[in-house]
Amino acid sequence: MSDLAAVIPILIVTLSALAAMVAEAFREPGERIPSGLGLIGLVGAILASVFLWDRQAVAFEVVKADNFALFINVVLAIIGILTILLSSEVVEREQIPAGEYYALLLFGLAGMMLMAAATDLLVIFIALEIFSLSVYVLTGIRRTSAAGAEASFKYFLLGAFSSAFFLYGIALTFAETGSTRLDQLGPLVAAQAMHPSLLALLGVGLLMVGFAFKVSAVPFHMWTPDAYQGAPTIVTGFMSTAVKAAAFAAFVRVFLSAFEPLSASWVPLLWWIAVLTMIVGTVVGVVQTNVKRMLAYSSIAHAGYILVGIIAAGLAGGDSESGKAAVLFYLLAYAVTNLGAFGVVALLATGDRPHDELADFTGLWYRRPGLAGLMAVFLLSLGGFPPTAGFIGKWYIFYAAVQHGQYALAIIGVLSSVVSVFFYLRIIVMMYMTEQPAEAPRESAVPRVAMAALSLAVIAIFYLGVLPTQVLELATQSVGSIF
Amino acid sequence: MVTFNSYLVLSAILFSIGTAGVFLRRNIITLLLSIEIMLNAVNLTFVAAGRFLGTVDGQIIVFFVMTVAAAEAAVGLAIVIALFRHRETLNPDAFTSLRW
Repeated sequence: MSDLAAVIPILIVTLSALAAMVAEAFREPGERIPSGLGLIGLVGAILASVFLWDRQAVAFEVVKADNFALFINVVLAIIGILTILLSSEVVEREQIPAGEYYALLLFGLAGMMLMAAATDLLVIFIALEIFSLSVYVLTGIRRTSAAGAEASFKYFLLGAFSSAFFLYGIALTFAETGSTRLDQLGPLVAAQAMHPSLLALLGVGLLMVGFAFKVSAVPFHMWTPDAYQGAPTIVTGFMSTAVKAAAFAAFVRVFLSAFEPLSASWVPLLWWIAVLTMIVGTVVGVVQTNVKRMLAYSSIAHAGYILVGIIAAGLAGGDSESGKAAVLFYLLAYAVTNLGAFGVVALLATGDRPHDELADFTGLWYRRPGLAGLMAVFLLSLGGFPPTAGFIGKWYIFYAAVQHGQYALAIIGVLSSVVSVFFYLRIIVMMYMTEQPAEAPRESAVPRVAMAALSLAVIAIFYLGVLPTQVLELATQSVGSIF
Repeated sequence: MVTFNSYLVLSAILFSIGTAGVFLRRNIITLLLSIEIMLNAVNLTFVAAGRFLGTVDGQIIVFFVMTVAAAEAAVGLAIVIALFRHRETLNPDAFTSLRW
């Protein structure tokens, strides 16, 4: 039975997903059982992860609940809890089928947790598909919305396309080494580190393309703005944070353990991807007039910053953990910040219109002061102002890059985040410094549960921004366990 | 004599045909079929590699890939139907309500 210990968090979330699905069938109108079951499952997953900390449990030899996976588990569970708390009001207003919605959310989270813990390329692929299929459906869950169907289709088509690349990379690696397990691949790859064969290089390249699609790095980002804009806003918040966290977790595990000896081959490629991602995400973000689309480009730019951390870690070899710890810290900081921002946009929407154009934020401070204040905190954190989580996250990333001699990368990163401040501040200026239209009345209060979730996110942002050492310590401990 | 490389080349050609199909064809059902061709090209690589390396792993992996491909096709066709109800067309160039 000890074999199962490592998958307990995943099992708990899966069970709560099944329970949510069954509960929906027996639910009286107005009851909120599915979301409650989801919250129980996610809290259970956090407790199980804390319990498994430092135990290095391994299930079936290919799922390893090391501290790295557990850290990501907790990040994912926090994203899930915040999403569920923010959803209850949105689900009712937009008439999203509650049982399916929460079940898919939880199945997706279970897949992501599996992806973070998997140490076999095939298991990573299956986990990737588990959560991707959930998120494709979540994107199009509003069946009456034409934009939702279109977004879902575009996301599905490019997602399936990139999965094929990812799988081809696995196949070529398998053809070269005869194994898909990272611990067996590692020594075989290391043996040919000086003169890698064509097959191994192609395999690494295709795997990188697959990951780049999932984390929406340029030039594989085309689906991101469309999928983010067309999806229900709360789902956008979920997919922009949880999918990224899971994909980056597997990215770090694959490229910084088994394929680390080949870093001389993949770092230059990733360098260009990171530079393009930061520049395109920022520059195209500046010209957007739709806030969801703007946040989509901002999330592309943020993926670029995280890639900088991976490059720093790849250059460092096994001796330094600053780059990897910075990546983990950034994932957490970005998750609470971005989810909060999308949560505010989701709460602003009314039944008849999405309220996501830039003009809709004019004078928001006068109509909904609470939401405007929270939105300002999230935007400042996204822009990287001290003393917020975003600032510390960026600081650690760029510091790691400078430590390993990547001055150009750090300068491009800082410049692009300075430019990105322009479009974050533009929303804040719209909210506070424009006269409110005379006829606009003060609107109804924000539901208490959603307000609690947003306040939690703000507390987390300031906690990570003011007292980052404790979390960074945990992140450093957890990255040490990858090898 | 059919060597391992012949299989690799064949699967690379199949994979390229699938990739080209995704970019060139203008019917969303054909796009889905192109992705299936890509996945089956990968399957061929797995089977051939398993055969020439003398392990059974390659064949077993193919079962997983086939299962995933079936799940993907189910979700994909459902999404296509949902989209078709709104647009009444299968031409992907018509899906332009989201564009920067």
